[in-house]
Amino acid sequence: MEQTLTDRKAFYHILSRKITTLILVVSFFPMLLTTGILVYRFNLTYTDKIQAHISEVVQKHSQNIDTFLSERLGNIRYTALHFDSMQQAPKIFLQQHLAILKSEYGDVFTDLGLINKKGVQFAYEGPFKLENADYSKAQWYLKAIDKPFFISDVFAGLRGHPHFIIAVKVTSNGSDYILRSTINFGAFNSLVENIHIGKTGLAFLVNSKGELQTQTKVGINESIIASMLDRSCYKDNETVFAKKKDASGNKFICVTAMLNNIDWIMVFRQDLNDAFSDLWKTQFLTLVIFILGCIAILSVAFTLPRSIVKLISSADKKSEVMNKQVVESGKLATIGELAAGIAHEINNPVAIMVEEAGWIGDLLEEEDLKECENLDEFTRALVQINTQGKRCKEITHKLLSFARKTDSTINDVQVNEVITEMVSLTAKMARYNNVIIETNLNEGIPYIRISPSELQQVVLNLINNGIDVMEKTGGIIKIKTKVSAIEKNNLVISMEDNGPGIAKDNLNRIFDPFFTTKAVGKGTGLGLSICYGIIEKMGGKIDVHSQVGVGTKFRIWIPFQDEILEKTDNE
Amino acid sequence: MTRNSKGKNVINVLLVDDEKGYVNVLANRMSKRSINATKAFSGTEAIQILRKNDFDVVVLDLKMEDMDGIEVLKIMKKMAPELPVIFLTGHGSQEAAREGISFGAFDYLTKPCELSELIEKIKEAYQCQVTG
Repeated sequence: MEQTLTDRKAFYHILSRKITTLILVVSFFPMLLTTGILVYRFNLTYTDKIQAHISEVVQKHSQNIDTFLSERLGNIRYTALHFDSMQQAPKIFLQQHLAILKSEYGDVFTDLGLINKKGVQFAYEGPFKLENADYSKAQWYLKAIDKPFFISDVFAGLRGHPHFIIAVKVTSNGSDYILRSTINFGAFNSLVENIHIGKTGLAFLVNSKGELQTQTKVGINESIIASMLDRSCYKDNETVFAKKKDASGNKFICVTAMLNNIDWIMVFRQDLNDAFSDLWKTQFLTLVIFILGCIAILSVAFTLPRSIVKLISSADKKSEVMNKQVVESGKLATIGELAAGIAHEINNPVAIMVEEAGWIGDLLEEEDLKECENLDEFTRALVQINTQGKRCKEITHKLLSFARKTDSTINDVQVNEVITEMVSLTAKMARYNNVIIETNLNEGIPYIRISPSELQQVVLNLINNGIDVMEKTGGIIKIKTKVSAIEKNNLVISMEDNGPGIAKDNLNRIFDPFFTTKAVGKGTGLGLSICYGIIEKMGGKIDVHSQVGVGTKFRIWIPFQDEILEKTDNE
Repeated sequence: MTRNSKGKNVINVLLVDDEKGYVNVLANRMSKRSINATKAFSGTEAIQILRKNDFDVVVLDLKMEDMDGIEVLKIMKKMAPELPVIFLTGHGSQEAAREGISFGAFDYLTKPCELSELIEKIKEAYQCQVTG
C-alpha cells in the first residue's frame, strides 16, 4: 500500500512536470518566434522609414540650396548682361542694379562690385569701403578669372566675417570685367540651419576641402567632418546614409548629399539614440510585455499543473473510495448469499435439537423421578438447550435479515416519527444503563420514500450500540435530523455519543460483517454491516467519526425523491 | 377431528418435511398434546397420503428436496380447497412465505419455533376451518 502511495506520488510528480513542460514549450516557442519576427521586421521597417525620411529631408534641402544658388547666379548673370561701360558709369550701374536686387530679394545681396583685369575693384556699391580693393591675389578671383561664372567658398576675406561671392565674367567694349556680388551669409545660412530633426539632428555644408560653409549652433569637430568626406561614394542627386562612431564613442547617423552647382556637400548628423528613440521605446515596451508574458506563462506553468494534479488526485481518491465501496457491496452480497444458505442449513438441525430437548422434557414429566438426584440438572440442561437454540435462531435470523433485508416494502416515511418511536422503544433500556437520549429533530423534513422497517432497524441498531458501549459509564446520545446544507436533496441523521470511542484500527472495520468488539456471545457483529447494506440500498451513505475517550458520531445521508419534495412543498 | 383412546378430541395434522428427525420428534410431542400427526417425508408422499385420508390442518415445509412447498400447496388446494396449510420454513424467507399466503396458505412460522406457538397456530387454523 505504501509502495502504491509512493508510486502514485511519483506519477503525479511526473504528470505535473509533463504538463509544466508542455505549457512552457507550447507557450514560449510561439511567443519567442512571434516576438522575434515582429521585433526584427519592425526594426527593419522602422530603420528604413527613418533613413528614407532623413534622406528625403536632406535631399529636399540640398535641392533648395541648389535652387537658391542657381537663382542668385542667374540674377547676377542677368545683371551682367545689362552692363555697358560706354553708356553708363559703372558706379551708377551698380547703384541701380543693387537697388533693383534689394527691392526684389531683400538683404540677400549685400553689395555689387566690378573688377578689372588687374584684379582691382574699380567700382563698388555696398555697405563697405571696398573701392579699389585689390583682389588680384584672392583665391576666388584666381579661380573666377578663367570661368564664365564662379561661386566661391565661404571665407572671411577683407571684411573679416564669413561671406561668399558670386562672380560673373562680363565683356564690354572689348574689355573683360568681373561682376561680383556678396551674398548675405545670414540669409543663406538660415536655409541650412532650419533643418532640425529630433534633439540632436543638425545640418551643415562643407566644401571639397572639408571646411565648414555654414555656421552651426553646436560645435562640429573637424575630425568628424573629415571622417564623412569619403567622396568616392557620392553621386549627384543621391543621398548617402551611414552609421558612424565619433572619437568619444558616440554612435551617430550621417546623411550626405552633393550639391549640383557647387562642390559642396550637405551633411546631416544625428545621434543614433536620438534618431531611433521611438524605436528604442517600442523595443523597451515590447521587452517589458515579453517579460510580463514570460512571468505569466511561468506562473501558469507552475501553478496550473499543481491544481490539475490536485483535482486528479482528489478524483482518484474518490474513485478509490468508490471502488472500495463496490468491493464492500460485493463482499456484503456474497456474505448475504452465504448467510442465507448457512441459516437454512443450521435452522433445521437446531429445530430438531430444540424439539428433541422438548421431547425429553415431555418424557421426564411422565416419569416418576421425584427421587432422582439429577432431576434438577436434567431440567436445567433442557432449559439451557432451549435457550441456546433460541440464541441460534436469533443469530440465523439476523443473518437472514442481513441477506434479505426482511421487510423492504417502501412507503412515504416521516423520519422524525420513526426516530421518536425507536427512542421511546429503547428509553427503558437507556434509563437502566444511565444513558440519556437527546433528540434535536428538525421540523419540516419532507417525507422520504423508503422502507420504514429498514429505517427502524438502522436507528434501533445505532441506539442499541450507543447504549451498549456506555453500559458501565452512562452518557448521552444526541440524535439530530436535518436537510443537508450542502447536498440539498439529502436528509441527514446524525447520532453522537460520548462513550469510549472506537480505536483507529477498528474504525475501518466496523461495517465489516461479523466484526464486533463486544464480549463473546453479546454481539453478532452484523448490526452495523446490516445498517450499511440498508443505507446503501436506499442510495444513501453512512460514515463514522470517532475519537477514543471523546465519543463516536455516525452520520447517515438518505436522498429524497424529487416528487416527494414537490409534494411536501405543495402541502 | 377425531377422538383418541382417552376420549379427548384430537386434531388430525399432516406434517410434511424432508427432515425426518424433525418430523418424528414433532409428531411425538404433538401426540402428547392432543394432536394426531401423520408424517410425510416428501411432497409426493404428502399428496399420496392426502388422497387417502382427511386432515384438519397441514404443516408444510417450504423447501424440500423433491418438490417445492408452494407446488405442494397448489396441488393440495386443488384436492381440498378448505384445508388450512401452515408453512414452516427454516429459510426465514418471508417473501417465499408471503407468496405461500397469496396461494392460500393460512400462515407461516419460522424454524426453530416454540412448539406452543405452532400448536396455537394449528388450533387457530382448525378453528378457522371449522367456523369458516
